[in-house]
Amino acid sequence: MKKEDVPQDLGALGKITKEVCYATDESGKYITQLSAGWDVKITALDTAWQDVEERIAAAKQKVLNKEASPILFFMEKALMNIEILAGYTGFWQWQVKRHLKPEVFNKLSEKKLKKYAEVFNVSVPNLQTMTINEA
Amino acid sequence: MRLDFKHIQAAHCENGVTISLLKNIGVQQITEPLAFGIGAGLFFVYIPLLKINNGPVIAFRTLPGLIFKRTCKALGIPVVRKKFRSKEAAEAFLNECLEAGHPVGCQVGVYYLPYFPKQYRFHFNAHNLIVYGTEDGNYMVSDPVMENTSTLTAYELERVRFAKGALAPNGQLYYPKENQIVTNDQVKKGIISGIKKNVFNMISPFTGPIVGVNGIRFTGKRIKKWRDSLGLKQAGLYLAQLVRMQEEIGTGGGGFRYIYGAFLQEAHAYIPNDDLLEISQTFTASGDLWRTAAVQAAGIYKGRIGSQEDFNVMGDYLLEIAEIEKKAFTALKNIKWQ
Repeated sequence: MKKEDVPQDLGALGKITKEVCYATDESGKYITQLSAGWDVKITALDTAWQDVEERIAAAKQKVLNKEASPILFFMEKALMNIEILAGYTGFWQWQVKRHLKPEVFNKLSEKKLKKYAEVFNVSVPNLQTMTINEA
Repeated sequence: MRLDFKHIQAAHCENGVTISLLKNIGVQQITEPLAFGIGAGLFFVYIPLLKINNGPVIAFRTLPGLIFKRTCKALGIPVVRKKFRSKEAAEAFLNECLEAGHPVGCQVGVYYLPYFPKQYRFHFNAHNLIVYGTEDGNYMVSDPVMENTSTLTAYELERVRFAKGALAPNGQLYYPKENQIVTNDQVKKGIISGIKKNVFNMISPFTGPIVGVNGIRFTGKRIKKWRDSLGLKQAGLYLAQLVRMQEEIGTGGGGFRYIYGAFLQEAHAYIPNDDLLEISQTFTASGDLWRTAAVQAAGIYKGRIGSQEDFNVMGDYLLEIAEIEKKAFTALKNIKWQ
């Protein structure tokens, strides 16, 4: 890539910091050049976020249909999977899997609910009713 | 307390941590391309069946930690590296290191990293930064992908050092044990061993079908089937993930080829063999083609194009890249080192 071809499309990161890129100058020698961002990367990231939004919406619907517990919704919202959620709560993965079932979730102890609530940064009642307070 | 430390911005986080820490102990020669090349950072692997963020696992870099480890080893610098089970022990040890005057590299997850833009905060645990002091109970942080330094509270730092999920950092920290002067001869030897290691990783027949040049070819063939096997939408998501792995800060694929090109140019100053300059140009060509492929992929995930023919073109780009890189690494392999 020639130094004048280093893309300068302003994205989310570009507003906070520019990235170092390696590019060649007129004589073919490598130099560093700052880039504000690249459209191709920005849309790749947008595509990933669209997918996240769709997964959250699907999870919400599942919870409303009583096919899953609210944990599924909050898990998707926090971009987590069962492995990551197990890591943060300290539960085993098989426990988290069980807690995703509404009938199991409804019988969870206050202590266990509190662990999930802490990880998702919500109150226990909000966890149970799938309410989010956007701070 | 603030250690005497100079923040350096780099294209890739682990390169950046490596050069900052080494410069700090007196290794004057080190630059980002040299660290990347001596650490044999160029890599490729596509692991089918495994998934990350609901997409394919494709890496353009070696495992986190290896660039630092290999570079220090090649230059004869002893390293301290520690992981922790307890958060308290991790913080206490960090404080001891700072007291003793060592800026320290830390592996962290980016999901809870407050100074990162929200859009970038996925559960990605192979980021690296340097802690170089404390101030009013906060930690002073030099993150190599940022233009400026940042501060984190003790809690924020603990949270990113103990991020969970794949490649969980477990509070891992590392630093060079003592000050050291490195001779140009050592750098030269490091360059040669780094190139040999990278040649092995990319074209050795022993690395199997999903690694190195073979892996790139394998991915190219797979991509041509994605449209039928996954459906257009999912295939688009997979390609977006490929591009993010390829070009995003901290990972980089096309960008890595350019850094490797820069490395070969710098190597020429230590080993005046003109083949190095010529091979450097081949890596530039490969980097350019990775970027062209990314533009093609973007056309698909934006929904602008999406026929089977478009996927074939995408796959063929990777096959072509595989050929170019095979040629480049074979040429490196055939260099006669004096």
